[in-house]
Amino acid sequence: MGFIQFLIDPVTFIARWLQMLLAGWGVPAGWTQFILFVLGAGALGTGALMFTIALIWFERKLIGRFQDRFGPNRVGPWGIFQPFADMGKIFTKEYITPDGADPVPFYLAPILVVMSVVSLWAVIPFTLTVVGVELNVGVLYIIGIGGIGELAIIFAGWGSNNKYAMLAAFRALAQLISYEVPMVIALLVPVMFAGKMGLNDIARAQDIWYIVLCPLAALIFFITSTAENGRTPFDLLEADSELVAGFNIEYSGLRFGFYYVADFLHAFTIGLLFAILFLGGWRGPFVEQVPVLGVFYLFAKAGIVYFIGNWMRASLPRFRIDQMMDINWKILTPTALVLVMLTAVVDKLIASELLYLQAAVLFVLNVVLLVVIGKVIDWYWAHRPRPKVVATPRPVARYERSSAQSHPGAGQ
Amino acid sequence: MLSDWLYVGIFLVIATFLPFVAITLAGILGPKKPNRLKSTIYECGIETVGETWVQFRAQYYIFALVFVVFDVETVLLYPWAVAYNQLGLFAVAEAVLFVLILFAALVYAWRKGALRWF
Repeated sequence: MGFIQFLIDPVTFIARWLQMLLAGWGVPAGWTQFILFVLGAGALGTGALMFTIALIWFERKLIGRFQDRFGPNRVGPWGIFQPFADMGKIFTKEYITPDGADPVPFYLAPILVVMSVVSLWAVIPFTLTVVGVELNVGVLYIIGIGGIGELAIIFAGWGSNNKYAMLAAFRALAQLISYEVPMVIALLVPVMFAGKMGLNDIARAQDIWYIVLCPLAALIFFITSTAENGRTPFDLLEADSELVAGFNIEYSGLRFGFYYVADFLHAFTIGLLFAILFLGGWRGPFVEQVPVLGVFYLFAKAGIVYFIGNWMRASLPRFRIDQMMDINWKILTPTALVLVMLTAVVDKLIASELLYLQAAVLFVLNVVLLVVIGKVIDWYWAHRPRPKVVATPRPVARYERSSAQSHPGAGQ
Repeated sequence: MLSDWLYVGIFLVIATFLPFVAITLAGILGPKKPNRLKSTIYECGIETVGETWVQFRAQYYIFALVFVVFDVETVLLYPWAVAYNQLGLFAVAEAVLFVLILFAALVYAWRKGALRWF
């Protein structure tokens, strides 16, 4: 009986068992709670970081296949020990601190950048019973924690005592804070439907997946969170060919590696958040009876989103910085504002008893809005203000016989 | 409720602690052979000139200002979104009015050229 309980819901089982064990030792209830919190948080945080090792292998393999290569295939079967080899290398590299670096921001930045991503895992509901904490302001927490990552990037640029790093950090910050605006607006839509801000509540409220009710909000969330992650096509923050390496140029060893740990983990965390907010999270058949299935459903859905992100990374070219800013401020932000207004009004006007009719109307509304915006962009592109090209003769160099003759080398 | 935030606090501490431990460990494992040339600033191979913390383009600042306006205003909409299912048409219309004001702000910033990068 106990074993089956363990299989169905391992985490709750272990938590109960620990609780009983500690109560048996005579630990007060408050301390038991505290110890369980510390153990749970430690396990979740370590798990997230360990998971990154698998992600690094998977992503390198995937990108390799996209580019018609094998990817890592030497170290172990299918190269699965490649990330461990990389880890062994990066752990034994020297730290170089540049002259005149501002020590506090310089040393703090790589720690903060990882922390900002790992902290997101605190509120992710893996299944209906397994969740770090059911925070009732989950969505706001995600947005707020995103700010720490931005802080880390400006720390890195500022602390490095390098003009290129600082310029890159400013560019990165301009991108990150800009893309936060449509993201925050688009996240209003699922919150509006669910009537709750907690992520588990939003997952629980999705009798119909929100990607059906608001595909446009899902699209905006996907694009903006890709930009927040700084992945291709929005990888201007570390455009290797333009900015030497970006804000992290002066880092070495594991300090440098942590930016990539954060990057890989963030890419999958975006998948998780997208799955929870728009694809029903842990919801699926038999999840009420066997909660552990929810973890598989969630990771499968997140994996699909992660795969699409990688697909995009492998296929699309990078945007120019002004194009990127225009996409954000002139397309995504107005779209998100219009979407919130229309969704609120239309959802209120149509009868809410007929759930499927409502879903169909909202879906059609989103598609129509998408088509209209596409047409507007097409129209704007055809009529965009272009500088008039006027051919004027530009005298570059005048040939004068007398001066040419006077030059000693230019004899005839 | 309060214990939720205790958990978040513990989690934030642990999430800071784990990378800190890893970085310290790597610092112990790695070699330490500093020299003068190695620790110079890497700027395309040319020696750096003057202060790093120089003035930069004001456009970054303008974008940051626009961001602050929009983010703060949008966060004000979240309580409305949470209560949306219980609200009548009137409250929805008011929120639409609020969003329209935001939209007007966006159009104003656009017309003023605050959203132009170059």
